[in-house]
Amino acid sequence: MVPLNHYLVLSGILFSIGTAGVFLRRNLITILLSIEIMLNAVNLTFVAVGRYHNTVDGQIITFFVMTVAAAEAAVGLALVIALFRHRETLNPDAFTALKW
Amino acid sequence: MGYYAFYVFAFIAVIASLLVVGQKNPMHSVMLLIVSFGALAGLYVLLDAPFTAVTQIIVYAGAIMVLFLFVVMLLNVPREESVRAGLSRILGPFGMRIGVVLSVLLAIEIVWAMTQVGVGWFSQTPGAASVSSVALIGSGLFTRHAFAFEATSVLILVAMIGAVVLARREHH
Amino acid sequence: MLLLIPLLPFLGFVVNAFFGRRLTKSISGGLACLAISASFAVSVMSVLRMLGDPSGALQQDVFTWMASGRLSVPFSLRLDHLSALMILVVTGIGSLIHIYSTGYMHAETDGEYARYFSYLNLFASFMLVLVLGASLPVMFVGWEGVGLCSYLLIGFWFRKKSAADAGKKAFIVNRIGDFGFVLAMLLIFAAFGTLDFQQVAAAADGRAVEHGMGVITVATLLLFLGATGKSAQIPLYVWLPDAMEGPTPVSALIHAATMVTAGVYMIGRNAVLFSHAPLTLSVVAAIGAATALMAGTIGLVQNDIKRVLAYSTVSQLGYMFLAMGVGAYAAGIFHLYTHAFFKALLFLGSGAVIHALAGEQDLRNMGGLKKFLPVTYWTFLIGALAIAGVPLLSGFFSKDEILFRTFTSSNPAAKLLWTVGAITSLLTATYMFRLVYLAFHGERRHEAPAATAHPEEEEPAAHHGDAHGAHDAHGHAHGGIHDAPPSMAIPLIVLAIGSVVAGYVGVPHALGGSNRIESFLEPSFEVSDSARRTETLAAEARPAGAAQGGVHDAALEFQTPPEEEHGASAELMLMAISSGIAVAGIAIAWYFWRRNRPAADGMARRLHGIYSLLLHKYYVDEVYDASVVQPIKLISTGGLWRGVDAAMIDGAVNGVGQTVRAGSGALRRIQTGSVRTYAASLFLGVVLIIGWYLFRS
Repeated sequence: MVPLNHYLVLSGILFSIGTAGVFLRRNLITILLSIEIMLNAVNLTFVAVGRYHNTVDGQIITFFVMTVAAAEAAVGLALVIALFRHRETLNPDAFTALKW
Repeated sequence: MGYYAFYVFAFIAVIASLLVVGQKNPMHSVMLLIVSFGALAGLYVLLDAPFTAVTQIIVYAGAIMVLFLFVVMLLNVPREESVRAGLSRILGPFGMRIGVVLSVLLAIEIVWAMTQVGVGWFSQTPGAASVSSVALIGSGLFTRHAFAFEATSVLILVAMIGAVVLARREHH
Repeated sequence: MLLLIPLLPFLGFVVNAFFGRRLTKSISGGLACLAISASFAVSVMSVLRMLGDPSGALQQDVFTWMASGRLSVPFSLRLDHLSALMILVVTGIGSLIHIYSTGYMHAETDGEYARYFSYLNLFASFMLVLVLGASLPVMFVGWEGVGLCSYLLIGFWFRKKSAADAGKKAFIVNRIGDFGFVLAMLLIFAAFGTLDFQQVAAAADGRAVEHGMGVITVATLLLFLGATGKSAQIPLYVWLPDAMEGPTPVSALIHAATMVTAGVYMIGRNAVLFSHAPLTLSVVAAIGAATALMAGTIGLVQNDIKRVLAYSTVSQLGYMFLAMGVGAYAAGIFHLYTHAFFKALLFLGSGAVIHALAGEQDLRNMGGLKKFLPVTYWTFLIGALAIAGVPLLSGFFSKDEILFRTFTSSNPAAKLLWTVGAITSLLTATYMFRLVYLAFHGERRHEAPAATAHPEEEEPAAHHGDAHGAHDAHGHAHGGIHDAPPSMAIPLIVLAIGSVVAGYVGVPHALGGSNRIESFLEPSFEVSDSARRTETLAAEARPAGAAQGGVHDAALEFQTPPEEEHGASAELMLMAISSGIAVAGIAIAWYFWRRNRPAADGMARRLHGIYSLLLHKYYVDEVYDASVVQPIKLISTGGLWRGVDAAMIDGAVNGVGQTVRAGSGALRRIQTGSVRTYAASLFLGVVLIIGWYLFRS
């Protein structure tokens, strides 16, 4: 059997990858995808620790996380569409209207 | 057997995620992410959480990713301009270098932290996990976490309205 | 009841100040005159009551003004012999001058007329507070108040720049003196623990006389500094000649009879203190004599009729301080009292002249007025004879008393001081009669003001101070010069009578009189019995460490009448000399300005340097301007304004603003508008925080 630590480490790696993606990519959609990766890493953590404590609560929380992720993805994509209509590009560097 | 399954799934998940971050074509990124979700679903099964695994496939891979696909295809997203393939090109500009450094740092931190967590093995008692998890989840969801459940449904409603409003074309 | 004395004119001020514009001239003027006359009536009643009172004084504690720690100052008014004389002078002569003003100021508009009377009433109120005050702070209230009213009244025609400047000059120079007064108050409180006149006198009496410097000497010198400001002595006299910009009745009341005498009164009030500081008294005498002489020389060559009288006032005040300085306090107050009569008379008379000539004040443009202004002429002549010290008039008795006491005083420079006084007497007679001859005798050198045009329309051009307008419009059929109207003539006559008879209360023993005024005033210059009793009790309560030995030193002896020592013969001889001086002065004036005018002009030309020096008042104003005023202006503008206020304070305030601006200018660059940068900074923060927690544990 795999100890809990392994799951936690895996989750940490996935989370870091997601964060790197948010930071490094210059495409709005890819940024949103990276956020999904991060959320998944968190889900994994919840389920693993829930299993460790022999309780179902971890899975319930993942339920909520997924729901929120869905909502966030929907709104985020709607924003992307709106932004794309303005600038014809998905490069986040193009949206600097709030510059000082 | 479970041991090896874990490493296989883990490996797939990590590679797929790396590729998601590294791909130029957003379409490819979405596809790879689906693969990653599948691997995670497998891990959930290993963790005696079949309901969560299935939900993952249905909701995440099935609904959310399809939404992403729709948007990608709708917007006819071009290839990311001036994205340089390959690690050296990615590490070129100053900001990129910082970003990579920070990411690596984060990874090291988190991983190190997680290893420090002095936990050991999972309990072997069949306990809660082996019993039909759906029933347990349902009962917990609708009793102990009822409020959060209802709030979440309101959240989805609001998000839906918001998405409709935001994506609308301007009518005068 | 004592409170009514200053309160009645104060009420007059309130009514005229707030409602004056809506009142007609007769009502506002009448009200003001009523207020001060009522105050005079109450004063008379209070004095009678006081004389019947066994303790010889009345006191009224109106309310507790300051009570904090050791300091306890009730707002108290006290009527004793000295203040009795003063309030009678202030309210009596004040009433006459109020009545005179109703005629003199008649050309003003209703609002201005009421404003004038409100100020005049306010002045009277403050002056009475000054005189009746039972402690230094209360006196100071009056002291400051009369300074304020002096400013308001000198600058009454404030639209004229010279008048406004004169008012400011008076107030500012006064303030320099007031600074000395305040310091003296602090010192006296520190030394004696009280500020009440009676208690201070009793406490001081228990101490030895200070030969040389000491606390009492410094305090009295500071008080005297205040007196030089208020009473126009060297070095702070420069405001008084400029104060002639104000209306002539103001000059009569404030700058002749009452306010300027406040310094003399103050020394009299603190006689016990001053007697314990012979050094101060010598300074007082010296400055008094010097001022008298200096002012007399300047008055000799002035061409403005009011300026001559102004310098004459300064000179006569010098006499009063000379008297105080040699310890003859009663003589000084006696001269104050007679001087009030004849100086007010002289000023009001000159006012009548100016009024008749519709604003002309230059002596060179007058002459031959005797036949046009008979009442004015005869009353003026009486005043001039009085001030010159012609025997049997009031000035003779008071001035002579001063000179006699100076001659016989124990001051080492007694004979020198007497000589200065005698020379000044000569100058007084001379310049006074120069004025009389130039103004009233000889041929007319002026044009009749309304002879060429209708009196109502003409606005005569020869204005110096009093902007009169066409006075002749009221009631006279013939254009030309007319004598004073009844409202002005009656006070002149009353004052003339006073100038003759007022002196008879002080007929000296040598001539067979009993010098009643001196015996009347003496008790006020000593420690009263009640105060002495309380002081003895307090002295016994005090720790016995301080050596409070000598009570009455030998130096205090010069308060006792020296007639027994020197005999009546010396006094008679000095009297004869003074009379001779007076006659000689009149004769000199008659020669130069009546008989042989060209000789006077010739002398002026030959002694051109001296003449010019005197005409320009020894250039004192110019010296003050260069040495004091300009440096202060320089420091204020360059140093304090530009350096401190603009550069430092504004710089600090603006600097804060600019620093914030610069800071925000730098900080706002964080808002790059690029989402990725924001994400990056979030990321950085997360990394750092996680790292922190990790490495802490």
